[in-house]
Amino acid sequence: MTNAMTDAPLLTAEAVTKFYGARIGCRDVGFELYPGEVLAVVGESGSGKSTLLKLLSGQLAPSDGRVLYRMRDGVTRDILTLSEAERRFLFRTDWGFVHQHAEQGLRMGVSAGANVGERLMAVGWRHYGKIRTEAETWLERVEIDAGRIDERPTAYSGGMRQRLQIARNLVTAPRLVFMDEPTGGLDVSVQARLLDLVRGLVADLGLAAIVVTHDLAVARLLSHRILVMKDGRAIETGLTDQVLDDPREPYTQLLVSSILQP
Amino acid sequence: MYVAVKGGERAIDNAHRLLAHARRGDPSVPEVAPAQIREQLALAVDRVMTEGSLYDRDLAAIAIKQARGDLVEAAFLVRAFRTTLPRFGATDPIDTAAMQVARRVSATFKDIPGGQVLGPTFDYTHRLIDFLLEAGADIAEPARVAADPVAMPRVTDLLGADDLIERNPPGDPDAPVPDLTREPLDLPAGRDLRLQNLARGDEGFLLALGYSTQRGFGRTHPFAGEIRLGEVELEFVAEDVGFAVPLGEITVTECQMVNQFKGSATEPPRFTRGYGLAFGHCERKTMGMALVDRALRAAELGEEVKAPAQDEEFVLMHSDNVQATGFVEHLKLPHYVDFQAELGLIRQMRAEIAARAAARSPDGTTLQEAAE
Amino acid sequence: MSALATSGTVAAGGYNFAYLDEQTKRMIRRAILKAIAIPGYQVPFASREMPMPYGWGTGGVQVTAAILGASDRLKVIDQGADDTTNAVSIRKFFEKTSGVETTTHTAEATIIQTRHRIPEKTLTADQVLVYQVPIPEPLRFLEPRETETRVMHALEDYGLMHVKLYEDIATHGHIATTYAYPVKVEDRYVMDPSPTPKFDNPKMNDCAALQLFGAGREKRIYALPPHTKVVSLDFDDHPFEPTKFDHACALCGATHTYLDEVITDDAGGRMFVCSDTDHCEERRAEGHRGALLGEAPAAIAGAAE
Repeated sequence: MTNAMTDAPLLTAEAVTKFYGARIGCRDVGFELYPGEVLAVVGESGSGKSTLLKLLSGQLAPSDGRVLYRMRDGVTRDILTLSEAERRFLFRTDWGFVHQHAEQGLRMGVSAGANVGERLMAVGWRHYGKIRTEAETWLERVEIDAGRIDERPTAYSGGMRQRLQIARNLVTAPRLVFMDEPTGGLDVSVQARLLDLVRGLVADLGLAAIVVTHDLAVARLLSHRILVMKDGRAIETGLTDQVLDDPREPYTQLLVSSILQP
Repeated sequence: MYVAVKGGERAIDNAHRLLAHARRGDPSVPEVAPAQIREQLALAVDRVMTEGSLYDRDLAAIAIKQARGDLVEAAFLVRAFRTTLPRFGATDPIDTAAMQVARRVSATFKDIPGGQVLGPTFDYTHRLIDFLLEAGADIAEPARVAADPVAMPRVTDLLGADDLIERNPPGDPDAPVPDLTREPLDLPAGRDLRLQNLARGDEGFLLALGYSTQRGFGRTHPFAGEIRLGEVELEFVAEDVGFAVPLGEITVTECQMVNQFKGSATEPPRFTRGYGLAFGHCERKTMGMALVDRALRAAELGEEVKAPAQDEEFVLMHSDNVQATGFVEHLKLPHYVDFQAELGLIRQMRAEIAARAAARSPDGTTLQEAAE
Repeated sequence: MSALATSGTVAAGGYNFAYLDEQTKRMIRRAILKAIAIPGYQVPFASREMPMPYGWGTGGVQVTAAILGASDRLKVIDQGADDTTNAVSIRKFFEKTSGVETTTHTAEATIIQTRHRIPEKTLTADQVLVYQVPIPEPLRFLEPRETETRVMHALEDYGLMHVKLYEDIATHGHIATTYAYPVKVEDRYVMDPSPTPKFDNPKMNDCAALQLFGAGREKRIYALPPHTKVVSLDFDDHPFEPTKFDHACALCGATHTYLDEVITDDAGGRMFVCSDTDHCEERRAEGHRGALLGEAPAAIAGAAE
């Protein structure tokens, strides 16, 4: 699963810090993410992992530190210095963002086909037939019957909505996808199917991903590396299997024992 | 229909004549004079002055007569007149602490320096139709007392002395005064522009929005800190004179809401403010305005913005009843070019659906095959 | 557009020439110049409260007032016709406040103020077409927030516009927008042509006349300078198609004009006649005859009969 990685990191976080007034959102978080690599950010709610995701995806400006991203043209840029136009362009081409609640990532008032096709149209596709064919292909890749392309997401189940959201994000072949609790709020059986699907897609497409989750099982299944957060700091990081099988930090041990042990 | 349109010019003239006739009503009933409206329908006059943004009781009274009592139409007439007036400058801020008070109530303290003054209010009247008014009964003289020279400080100033309420930002006499009627509204707007917009805003709209905050759509925990009504002095600094020249007195209603605020990471807990001000006696308007003003400060105070009354663009873009009535009523204008276009589309889509249905029916099997 | 020459002229009634004071006219002309410089971009302007209701042409009236000069000849149409009530009302307003000559003949007019139609006769370089606009924002019904739509325009973030067209085709098999059909101006700004029928969209492209759009209530002015490229949004495999009629005009026999459907009785009787009354009357004067010309009620056939 590491064959897609190359020498240069895709995204680099350098001592990323965020204060909310006197309160710490997150502090001194640093790591490198390589193409095709999946990083899980785990921790309890309030540990700063959602803040970190917003900082990494440029939706929040850090109080200190910086986030660097290697663009498609090979130039590495500080995402804070990107213009709004460049940021939006990244978000509809090279990046994806999968929200915990699919309703936040979908247009609930238009058909599934339009949901998937929107990014294509935003980057200039102007052939209805081709847009539709591409949307059908992607619906099938995420295991949605292409015959339901003209239905609105409101007619879909929770699991289908989440898969539709994934298709909508992947249609422009992004290199990096941010996922915020992608299986949160789904039934356990639906979660398993979704995780399987995401794992397959990530491997097939050589996607890099940053997955925020409080569920260590999700981290175990999806990620190569893991970053454990507590009180806004990254307290432990390493290969996922290593950290989960042999946690060094007492807090990580506590997390692992409380969740993974039968 | 088409005939009326062809005779457009004559029809319009005739409609105007008929309107004048209808406005007069039964000629055997004496005609109402603007002075009677000014004196006896004073609250209607006050509302028209406020929403028309022009303090002129006589003009508002004529407008009400011309509008046949339609107050939104009357405000519109006043606005259209106001827009042609030259602007000489802005007066000094009025000092409501120095108001000659006709009414002053506070819901937050039982007794306050200067006391509670009920003034002319409906508040404790029983809402029974007074049939004596039909005949025009003599009115008893109001009770009078000698003028009391005691000061009436604003309740919010009393709270401010103990630092229990947020301080109003200090005024900057050199800062330009924004004018909604001279510059297009740019969002996000500052609080000064928001208050300007609300002051001209429709009383009913502000009342409903203020009410919605009380019912939980953007709750602000309000207390009516003080409502005061009375006359204030207007002063204008003329450039060539070099000092403030008194222009006269106007009657205004001011409402200061005192709202609970638990504080944040950087701010200690203290009360916050919502503010309402209107020309004349417009109590309901100023209370609604003060509630909405406070609700619109949600983002500034770090509160979650999710209710309509907290949504600046929603509130400011829809508060003006002259704009609203124009656009709603423009639906009366002919739209038959657009309608023809839609009619053609509906017919086309119905024909397409009928064709598909025919193709699906058993005896239309061959049709379906042909279509595929 | 000889407004500068007439500055300060006072017409009857005590109001300034064309109602607005010269200061206000200058402000509007500055907005117009900016709009011409950035075709299709909506320029905010300090729209005044006019003595007619918002939504009834206050934007168009302000634009016309700002560019009107004493030597102009003004034509006002609503739904293509000179004698619709609001067209009559606006024409009278300018007759009263400016005293300029008015006309119903498209060819004779130097300024044409319109609501919902573009005249059938090709406009010339000596003419200005002023549109009354209710909602200037083509993205408004997809994104109600002004703060967001302004960013979308600035960033050319127009994917949403095609989402709407995509939905039309997915639902109906074709684009189901018949009026206020969005256009792209000089490959940059997406613009609302005002609620003209899409039949008129091709006339906006490469038009010799200056086209000005005024939205009073929404406080926006935008413009198409002469010979601007104006393309109706579509898909390669579902190209834009102007409305076509199955009928010829019952009065003048024209086959390529926009038609009004007129209900003639309560038994399903109807006839189709040109919406552009001046165009129809001119054709009849030239001897063109429609199928029902002799039979149509005088009220419909109008002055030319």
